[in-house]
Amino acid sequence: MTNTRLRTYIMHVEDLPGVLNRVTSLFRRRGYNIDSLTVGRTEVPAVSRMTIVMEADDDAARRIEANLYKLVNVLKVEDTTRRPCVTRELALIKVRADQARRAHVLQLAEVFRARVIDIAPEAMIFEITGTRDKIEGLAGVLAEYGIVEMVRTGAVAMLRSAGAEAEVQEQPRTSAA
Amino acid sequence: MRTGAQILWEALHREGVEVVFGYPGGAIMPAYDALLESPIRHVLVRHEQGASHMADGYARVSGKVGVAIATSGPGATNLVTGIATAMLDSVPLVCITGQVSSKFIGSDAFQETDITGVTLPITKHNYLVTNVDDIAKTIREAFYVARSGRPGPVLVDITKDAQQASTVPVWSDEPVRMRGYRPEHRAGSEDLSRAAELIDRAKRPVILAGHGIVKAEASKLLRAFVDKTGIPVASTLLGLGGFPATDPLALGMMGMHGESWVNHAIQEADLLIALGMRFDDRVTGKLDTYAVNAKKIHCELDPAEINKNVRADVALVGDVRDTLESLLGLVARNDHGSWLARISDYKGDSAVRDIQTMPHDGRLFAAHVMHDLWRITEGKALVVTDVGQHQMWEAQYYKHDHPRKLVTSGGLGTMGFALPAAIGAKFASPKDEVWVIAGDGGFQMTACELATIAQEGIKLHIAIINNGYLGMVRQWQQFFYNGRYSATPLKSPDFVKLADAHGLDGLRVTKRDEVEWAVERARASEGTVLIDFRVEQEDSVYPMVPSGAALHDMIRRPNPIVETAGDE
Ligand SMILES: Cc1ncc(C[n+]2csc(CCOP(=O)(O)OP(=O)(O)O)c2C)c(N)n1
Ligand SMILES: [Mg+2]
Repeated sequence: MTNTRLRTYIMHVEDLPGVLNRVTSLFRRRGYNIDSLTVGRTEVPAVSRMTIVMEADDDAARRIEANLYKLVNVLKVEDTTRRPCVTRELALIKVRADQARRAHVLQLAEVFRARVIDIAPEAMIFEITGTRDKIEGLAGVLAEYGIVEMVRTGAVAMLRSAGAEAEVQEQPRTSAA
Repeated sequence: MRTGAQILWEALHREGVEVVFGYPGGAIMPAYDALLESPIRHVLVRHEQGASHMADGYARVSGKVGVAIATSGPGATNLVTGIATAMLDSVPLVCITGQVSSKFIGSDAFQETDITGVTLPITKHNYLVTNVDDIAKTIREAFYVARSGRPGPVLVDITKDAQQASTVPVWSDEPVRMRGYRPEHRAGSEDLSRAAELIDRAKRPVILAGHGIVKAEASKLLRAFVDKTGIPVASTLLGLGGFPATDPLALGMMGMHGESWVNHAIQEADLLIALGMRFDDRVTGKLDTYAVNAKKIHCELDPAEINKNVRADVALVGDVRDTLESLLGLVARNDHGSWLARISDYKGDSAVRDIQTMPHDGRLFAAHVMHDLWRITEGKALVVTDVGQHQMWEAQYYKHDHPRKLVTSGGLGTMGFALPAAIGAKFASPKDEVWVIAGDGGFQMTACELATIAQEGIKLHIAIINNGYLGMVRQWQQFFYNGRYSATPLKSPDFVKLADAHGLDGLRVTKRDEVEWAVERARASEGTVLIDFRVEQEDSVYPMVPSGAALHDMIRRPNPIVETAGDE
C-alpha cells in the first residue's frame, strides 16, 4: 500500500515534564520525519494538545498511531486525514520594502488578508494566518521583493464536528483489512 | 513516618519481590541502608550489566517482574545493555537507580547522568522521582506497566533527597489506573471467524509459534489447537519450548539458522498462523519473497506490530491465549497427512548432512556437546545460552519440550547475557538443573559474575563452547568476506584455572567420548562446575540463510557423500 501523503495528527497528552521528548523520540527512533509540531494547553487542566504534521503512507500512519498509544502519557491520538478538519498556521514575514514599493506590497498582502504589524523605513512585517497553501502563496509573491526573514508556527488542527472532541479514550484501530 | 528508602523496600515487598540484583553507590546509599531491615534478598553483582541480565533471567523463568538496582551515573549506565536486551525481548523488569539530590539535577553534579533521558528509547516507560510522596505510587505503577500488555523494562530513577526525606506512606490495594495506558486488547469476533475460515480451508498451513506463546502461558492451548487442527508447528528462537520439540508435529526452528525443511514448508505454505511473534528479519529473510502464496493470520498483542514487516490478511490483536481459546472453539477437526508427507520430503538428505549422524572420527563438534547434553539431561535442563554459533547449535540440538526452559537473548543478541541471566534463572527456579552454554568470547564479557556465583553459593553448570574464535563472526567472514579473519581469532585464559580461582570446579573436554563423563561429573557435583569444551574451531552453523536472501536460499552443510568437504 502506498498512498503517501501529508497527514495531520491531533494528540492529547498528559502535561508532564518530558512528554514532548517522549513523543519526538518515538518519531526519531522509528525514522519518521516530522514536518511540523505544535504544543499547547487545552481546555482541560493537565492535558496538552499537540498537532503533528508528517508524511506517511496508510500503513505507516496506522503504525504511528499504534506506537503513539504505547506511550504511557498519550491519552488520545487522531489521524485527521480522512475527516473534516480545519487547519491553521501562522507566519510572520519580514519583507524588504522601501517607501517606493510599500504600496504595491501592501496591495499584494491585502489579497492574502495578511496584516501589517510593523513598518520600518526599509522593511515591513506581515502576519498571516491560514492554511499551508495560503502562507506559501503569500511567501511566494513576497519572495520577489526579498524576504528578510520568516517564521512559521506549524499547523494546529481541529476536527469540525462538535462532539468529536468528547473525552474518550480511543483504542487504536487494530483490524488489518 | 517512614523514609523514602524504607518506603521503596516496603513497596517492592508489597509487589511480591523476593530477590533483587544490584550494586551500591553514593546516590543509592539511603536505599541500601534501609535494605538491612527488609526481608528481600539482595544479590551483589560484579557489574551492573550483570544485575539487569540477572533480573531478566529471573523474569523469563518465573514469569514475574525482575528487579535490578544501581547507583546514579556509571551504575545506571552499566544497566543499559541489560535494559535494551529486555526491551527487545519484551521482558518485564523494574530497574531502580539512585539519582543525585534534586537541587543538583541539571548541574553536571558528581555522578549525575540523565538516565531517564538515556533509557527513554529502550524502556517501556520510565520515571524520575524527586518527591518522597511519589515513591509508593510510582513503584506500583512501574510494576503494573512492566508486566501488563506487552511486557517490558521500566526504570525508576529516585533522587537521594527523596530517599532520605520522610513521609507517611499511602498504600493502595485498588487496581492501578492510569489515564493514558490501556494495555488490553481483544480480537474481534468477525476477525476470529474469518481466521477460522482460513484455517479450515487451508491445505498447507503452518503455525509459527513465537515468544508470545511462552509469555502468555499458552502452551496447553496451543497443544489442544494442534491436536484438533493437525497443523504442524514451526518455532522462532524464543518460541522454542512453547510446543514440545519431540512431538511429531513439531517441525523445529525457522529462520536464518532454521532447519531447511521448516523454511521450505513456510515458503510453500498456503496459510501461516503467526502466534505471538513479530516477523523479525531473522525469521523472514527477504520480505518480498517471503511465503508469497500464503495467507497470513497474525495473532499479536501489540497493535504496532501488525503489518510492520509482513502484511496480515487477518490480524487478531489480543493476548494469544485468549485468541487461541476463541479459535479453538471455531475451527474444525482436521488432519493434514499429505501436507505432512510433503514436508517430510523436504527433509531429503538433511540427515546425511547432519554433523550429528556423520561418521565419528574422534573430533569434537559443538553439535555433539549439545546432543549429548540433551540426551544425558533427558531434555529437562533449563538452558541459558549466550550469543553466537553455540546459541544456534543449542537451538538446533537441544530439544526443548517445555516452556521457560530456554533463556536466550533473541532480539538484541547480547553477548555476555548467559552467565548473569543463568544466575537470575537459578534464583527463579532453584530446583531446576541450570546449564549455561556460552562461547569463549561472550563468556569473557561477564565472566566476573563467577564471583557472584561463588559468593551466593549457588549451583550452576557452565559449558564453554571454546572454538578459539568469535565463531559466528568468523563464519560470516568465511562465507561473505573471502575468509579474511579480521579480529575474530581469540586467545582466552585457562578457563579451568579461572574456575579454580573462584573456588569453583573446572574440567576440560577435548574428545567426544569425554563429554558424557564431564557432564555427569558436573551434575553429581555439589557446587558449580565449569566445563571447557575444546571443540572443532572452524565449524559453521548450517543451514544458513544469508542476510537479505530469500528464506529458501540456504547455504547447506556439504553432503559428505555427494560433495567433497568444502563445497557449498
Ligand atoms: C555485545 C556484543 N558484541 C558483539 C556482538 C557481535 N557478535 C555476534 S556473535 C559474535 C561472536 C561470538 O563469539 P563466541 O562468544 O566465542 O561464540 P561462538 O560464535 O564462537 O559460538 C559476535 C562478536 C554481539 N552479538 N554482542
Ligand atoms: Mg567462540
